[in-house]
Amino acid sequence: MQCDICAKKKATVHLTEIVDEQMSEMHLCEECAREKSSQMEQQFGLADLLAGLGDFSKHVKSPDTTTLQCNNCGMTYDDFRKFGRLGCSQCYEAFKSHLSTLLKKIHGSNHHFGKTPTQIPSSEKKKIESLQDFKNQLLQAIQMEDFEKAAELRDKIRGFEKKSKGKKE
Amino acid sequence: MEINDLINNTGQWLKGTGEFSNIVMSSRLRLARNLVLKPFPNKARKKDLVEILELIEGVLGAMNYLKGSTLFKIGDLDNVDKQFLIERHLMSHEHATNPDGKALVVSKEEVLSIMINEEDHLRIQVMQSGLNLDEALHIASSIDDALSKKLDFAFSIHWGYLTACPTNTGTAMRGSVMLHLPALVMTKQINKVLAAVSKLSFASRGFYGEGTQASGNFYQISNQVSLGQSETDVIQNINGLIRQIIEQEEQARQALLLQNKLMVEDKIYRSFGILQNAHVISSQETVELLSMLRLGIDLGIIKNVDRGDINELFIMIQPAHLQKIETKKLTAAERDRKRASLIRQKIGGK
Repeated sequence: MQCDICAKKKATVHLTEIVDEQMSEMHLCEECAREKSSQMEQQFGLADLLAGLGDFSKHVKSPDTTTLQCNNCGMTYDDFRKFGRLGCSQCYEAFKSHLSTLLKKIHGSNHHFGKTPTQIPSSEKKKIESLQDFKNQLLQAIQMEDFEKAAELRDKIRGFEKKSKGKKE
Repeated sequence: MEINDLINNTGQWLKGTGEFSNIVMSSRLRLARNLVLKPFPNKARKKDLVEILELIEGVLGAMNYLKGSTLFKIGDLDNVDKQFLIERHLMSHEHATNPDGKALVVSKEEVLSIMINEEDHLRIQVMQSGLNLDEALHIASSIDDALSKKLDFAFSIHWGYLTACPTNTGTAMRGSVMLHLPALVMTKQINKVLAAVSKLSFASRGFYGEGTQASGNFYQISNQVSLGQSETDVIQNINGLIRQIIEQEEQARQALLLQNKLMVEDKIYRSFGILQNAHVISSQETVELLSMLRLGIDLGIIKNVDRGDINELFIMIQPAHLQKIETKKLTAAERDRKRASLIRQKIGGK
């Protein structure tokens, strides 16, 4: 049997792939199989990473994640851990404490800096703008080593975040 | 515009112009957006997906910004068409599977493309020639602003734009730069560079997208982090990193010319010779030889060949493109012949 990819060498590796419930078979020579497997390793990355990252939940206080479920789309936290994708925007609220840790692990931060949709109500928007402003000032104060001012700004930011959190919950 | 009209033109991003275009092939910026409370595509039923598409289609259709753009429903396309759009970097492999409620919007000159119901409800992508993520962000952001006046985007004050995958949460922005780094490969320094890239939390991929091996000495560098840094900060960081890699590549090119000029020239002329004369050629071989020819143009060794033409060939020599040009299905052997004749036609000797 010849290799399915290069059609030159003898196929010695037999690979069964299942994609979207459809099974396909490939017969490859050693060289092409090696190349294919390195491609697969790369593709594997993300879900694998998420599953690995998901393990942190063992150490999170609430031990039972099996009952955690989003009331908007029905996604469970266990499903999320399995597939690495959330079900809807409400899932972020439903899995809040777990996601907060996960986002921090992935991005090194769990606070958004950057643009906001034009359609946020102006009162909310004002809040976000001043929050951003405080954050920028805080960075500046730290750079200038003005720690007194930095502490003041830090408390303001905390106050802001507490308030908006309280409103959401 | 129909799919077949695309084949006669090439995307503006392939023109080989713009800053650092001797080393930077193109810049791409992508914003992901989702509609609030609607199930993300992976969780949505067919009915939801069709509804979401209709909603988005209505809004896009009324936007002045998108005049002259075309919306393709993925379900209406055959396999060659889908592969063709992937090869043109207009959509992802993932977008070609399970066509329910999926669509692709392509603007004139292919600067902008929007995938609807891929991993997120909207993926706005802008391509630019050379190093130009700033302009790409400007364009993508204007479209995002216009859309967000009509659509309720999923957004949280703390976590920014909410996406199906938490690796995109925040700005939901990915900036990628495609670099041609033959001298770093030839001087065996590329692995050092890539190791540094990953240490700095940036990802590197091959020319032909996610999961592909680097070929033709092309490397795509993109940001990984989307939460905690603003869009402009992320772009500034990418630009800084890219400039350093460009400098390394420039130095490696100079070193090659100083120490191995004859060897380099020989390699470039041989590559040019094979491309101009081959009658049967595989895509892998073509990509390697085109890379050398592009280096020859950048070093001023090869004259009278346009860099834009070479950039275009990297796209045109792929299987679905060859079949679109020939307007019929081709076997692998037929493609190897067609590929060789296309290259001769484009850059053949007199």
